[in-house]
Amino acid sequence: MIEFQGVSKWYGTFRALTEVNERIERGEVVVICGPSGSGKSTLIRTINRLEPIDAGRILLEGEDIHRAGLDVDRFRSRIGFVFQQFNLFPHLTVLQNCTLAPVRVRGLVEAEARERALATLERVGLAHKAQALPAQLSGGQQQRVAIARALVMEPPLMLFDEPTSALDPEKVSEVLVVIRDLAHRGMTLVCVTHEMGFAREVADRILFMDEGRVLERATPAEFFERPQHPRARQFLADLRSPFARGA
Amino acid sequence: MIELIQTYWLYFLVGQFPAGPLGGLALTLLLGAAALLLALPLGVALGLAKTNRFRVLRVPVSTFVYLVRGTPLLMVVFWAYFFLPALTGHETSRFATMLAALVVFNGAYLAEIVRAGIQGIPRGQTESARALGLSSAQAMRHVILPQALRNMLPSLVGQLVTTLKETSLGYIIGLSEISFIASQINAQVITRPAEVYGTLALTYFVLCFGLSRIGRALEKRLSSLPPAVRAEA
Repeated sequence: MIEFQGVSKWYGTFRALTEVNERIERGEVVVICGPSGSGKSTLIRTINRLEPIDAGRILLEGEDIHRAGLDVDRFRSRIGFVFQQFNLFPHLTVLQNCTLAPVRVRGLVEAEARERALATLERVGLAHKAQALPAQLSGGQQQRVAIARALVMEPPLMLFDEPTSALDPEKVSEVLVVIRDLAHRGMTLVCVTHEMGFAREVADRILFMDEGRVLERATPAEFFERPQHPRARQFLADLRSPFARGA
Repeated sequence: MIELIQTYWLYFLVGQFPAGPLGGLALTLLLGAAALLLALPLGVALGLAKTNRFRVLRVPVSTFVYLVRGTPLLMVVFWAYFFLPALTGHETSRFATMLAALVVFNGAYLAEIVRAGIQGIPRGQTESARALGLSSAQAMRHVILPQALRNMLPSLVGQLVTTLKETSLGYIIGLSEISFIASQINAQVITRPAEVYGTLALTYFVLCFGLSRIGRALEKRLSSLPPAVRAEA
């Protein structure tokens, strides 16, 4: 479904992505992990062109998505993107957050968009908050609304950029449960996360990145039991015992 | 003093109206309100142009805004007074002249307020709107601008206060707004300048103070919104 061909990106002289070659199949659930600054957020943001690339190609179902002249709005409307900071529209109610794009981008009539939005909010367990403002919700609830807002567009592909990193620890699982649910329904899903328990349970495949390269690609079982690359081993060791390093 | 008020209060409030043209306090209020109402769309348009990614739009508009902001209003009034008739080919009324000057002048100031308001909205808002497939114009119209305008409300009220005071420059071109009327009254009475101009000052003060209070109340209401809204804004 997604194919990276020699993708590179620089921020000035800093090389954020180096020759990334990767394939993600339809229906696959891929978790991208790695230390901060390793390029994983940059990589996921290139998939819907939030970040431009400097070299290589990214094909989505065979279509070069970074070519000039692509109808980028139509293209983006078929990809759900969930941000670390939720980015709900604070001046709109939960329901309005979810109907804005269906009405303005898909051209749905208001009533139909409402119906679809309510059904989707139901799926994330927040239909009863439809009239609330984002500021009246907890972080976990806001992120579930953000997921619903993306899902209303019925995208075949969902991208998550550290969806639980801005949450209080006790709110993390309510969001992960929603994402796991999507994975189980066969949606193609790419998720950048530090939640290794989630990765182990839900992912079909794990990509480990460092310094802008994909250093390891493996099933969760292989990755957690027999990490190949020394950096991956170090990363996992650091996660297990955060105070052990240098001791 | 009482006698003064008894004789001139109607003249002070509406000028020669209904026998002659409208003037006095009524004209001042009308001019101030009309100037801001017309300057606001101009300011939004200029502010949008200033934040536009295309230089073709950004550069000329920024130049215009710098020029106007670097000029005293009095000069803009003179320009309007002398150039508008030449430009339009027929005589321009004093009211229209003053209105044009105020709209151009305030448009430039509002452009800066609008630009700051737009740039004050976090980048994530645009990103999430665009990620949903909204065009940049749609993102601006439905996501950024509504939030920006709301945050700008206190500054807008401040600008209205300024505009109201600026209408007094209409005096220069003989527009019968309240300052002009006051000087007329003073010319007729001759012996009571303190009372006449004191009343004028008090009138301006009451208007502007009232507006400022409304502005403060608005500000308070906005800041009583839940904290996350403010953090986002």
